[in-house]
Amino acid sequence: MALVQIDNISKIYQTGVVQVKALQDVSLSIDEASFVSFVGPSGSGKTTMLNLIGCLDKPTKGKIFVGREQVDAFDRRQSAMFRGSALGFIFQSFNLFPVLTAYENVEYPLMMIKNESTSKRKEKVLKILDSVGILNQKDKFPDQLSGGQKQRAAVARALITHPKLVLADEPTANLDKKSAINIIRLMRTMRDEFKTTFIFSTHDPEVMKEAEVIYTLEDGRLV
Amino acid sequence: MIQIFKIALRNLIRYKRRTLLTSMLITLGVLMVILFSGLAGSFKAMMIGQITDSSLAQMQIHKKGYVSSIDTSPLNLTINQKGYKKIEKILKENSDIEAYAPRIKLSGMLSNFKDTTNIRLNAIEPEKEIKVCPNITERMKFIDSQIPDVLLKPGEIIIPEKLAAGMNIKIRDSVVLVANNRDGSINGLNFTVAGIIDTLMGPQGKEGYMHIKDAQSLLRMEKPEIIEIAVRIKNFEKLDAVYSDLKSNLEKTKNKRGKPVFEIHTWEKLSPFSNIAKMIDFMTISMRFIMIAIVLISILNVMMMSVYERIREIGTMSAIGTAPIKIMGLFLAEGLSLGLISILSGNIIGIFGIYILNINKIRFAFGRMDDILLSPAISFSEIAWVSATVLAVSVIATLQPAYKASKMEPVDALGHI
Repeated sequence: MALVQIDNISKIYQTGVVQVKALQDVSLSIDEASFVSFVGPSGSGKTTMLNLIGCLDKPTKGKIFVGREQVDAFDRRQSAMFRGSALGFIFQSFNLFPVLTAYENVEYPLMMIKNESTSKRKEKVLKILDSVGILNQKDKFPDQLSGGQKQRAAVARALITHPKLVLADEPTANLDKKSAINIIRLMRTMRDEFKTTFIFSTHDPEVMKEAEVIYTLEDGRLV
Repeated sequence: MIQIFKIALRNLIRYKRRTLLTSMLITLGVLMVILFSGLAGSFKAMMIGQITDSSLAQMQIHKKGYVSSIDTSPLNLTINQKGYKKIEKILKENSDIEAYAPRIKLSGMLSNFKDTTNIRLNAIEPEKEIKVCPNITERMKFIDSQIPDVLLKPGEIIIPEKLAAGMNIKIRDSVVLVANNRDGSINGLNFTVAGIIDTLMGPQGKEGYMHIKDAQSLLRMEKPEIIEIAVRIKNFEKLDAVYSDLKSNLEKTKNKRGKPVFEIHTWEKLSPFSNIAKMIDFMTISMRFIMIAIVLISILNVMMMSVYERIREIGTMSAIGTAPIKIMGLFLAEGLSLGLISILSGNIIGIFGIYILNINKIRFAFGRMDDILLSPAISFSEIAWVSATVLAVSVIATLQPAYKASKMEPVDALGHI
């Protein structure tokens, strides 16, 4: 069953008088619990695609469905609510909050978005930190963690709310080869454990190999 | 909520130097207001106390036209026995009145048998006067430095210090006082100097004292008459309300032409110090405005910088589903915390500063009063006002940057370098 349905979307950016066609007439569908990668060179539209699926941006035309929701029709508040309840994000630069420890970073969505009690939060956070293998680093601040550990914390933060879909934009770009492969394998393990759909973008051939479904983008078109 | 403040505090600590500098600036503003209010307020209260409790009294009642009269001591604007009884009735019926005292004010010539000079005098009923101006004896020097049981007996006079020094008059010396009555005829009486009074700022600060019965004899009043009634109330804070009440009651007594017979004035209308008091109030308000400007500009500046430096962070918060209102709340908590820290430090240092100033008593001269001792004090309500203002201004100053943060589009914020 398709979790993500993309119908003929285009995204055009207007920069002064110049029009940049980031995506052109793209249609695809992504099944639940799949492990999908968007690949392609820089500027091919990978990040735009993830932003549109992740309700961070809106297509110029076309429709996007995530589950039963037509996410391109959401307003600002609905988008924020949907992101908080159904989506998880992993970023290239980890984007952990520097003033929070690894534990607190993972706890953040439960506290600020889900408003869960302290005891429930603690149970969930410790469990997921254990799953991603950084339980012993839980009290460290991001600047005290290695790149791999930071991204593990980011994976844990993305999964803590049990989203239907996790979007990861170049999650391995700032990691060495070994760490990159480890993170992708961790994501796949998490997919198996939580039955969450993972969509990530990469241009690293080694990382691509780990994906189950690969969509290649070139100049904003699916090839 | 606690978590939001925890994150806010950590973000403040994250930029230690900037937080410290801003907090120090706001602390300085709060400190300035506390110290200035403490010093200026105590100076004002002390001066008002000096004026009202030792010479002028809190309010004065006269025959209509007395205060605006071109004559310095008009003897034609007296209150007769009937009028005095009417006023007494009004004063006795008012539960806020603590005491009242009749006075005659007159000018005369004082002679020590060698030199003669002019003098202004308050003729008083000593027992009543001391209830209206309880600190009157603090300004007076008596023989052997002993305050007598009766402040002033008939036949005695208390003369101003400068005049005594100028004419080389000492306590127990005999003097002659000569005065014109309202018809222009001259009369003179012998007096014994019972005491010497310090100079005080204001129109009544260089006046002598005599017994009211002597004044009535000297001015050849066939029936007892008075010039003014000094009034003291139980609670000084209620001065304006009591004044209004008395004024409306006094105005009910009308003359044949239907005009009020009596007039009443508070000390503010009678003493030039009220203008200085107004200046002090104005300066205190100015200080508060300076403090508000310091808080507003410094917190607005810091929070704007904070938002610009954390655009990607705001993008991340937004991307993972934090509601705009919560993002706004995070920044508001940061501004509020900065204000709160500064208030605490400002209040603590300010109160300590007031304590230090009280230990090392401040002495100064004002007008012709030497060696005035200041005891700075700050009221809880003043501290509460300063604190509430700083907190409110902190929130107002943070609103714009916090709103800006909450309105950021996550896709733009995440792409910000």
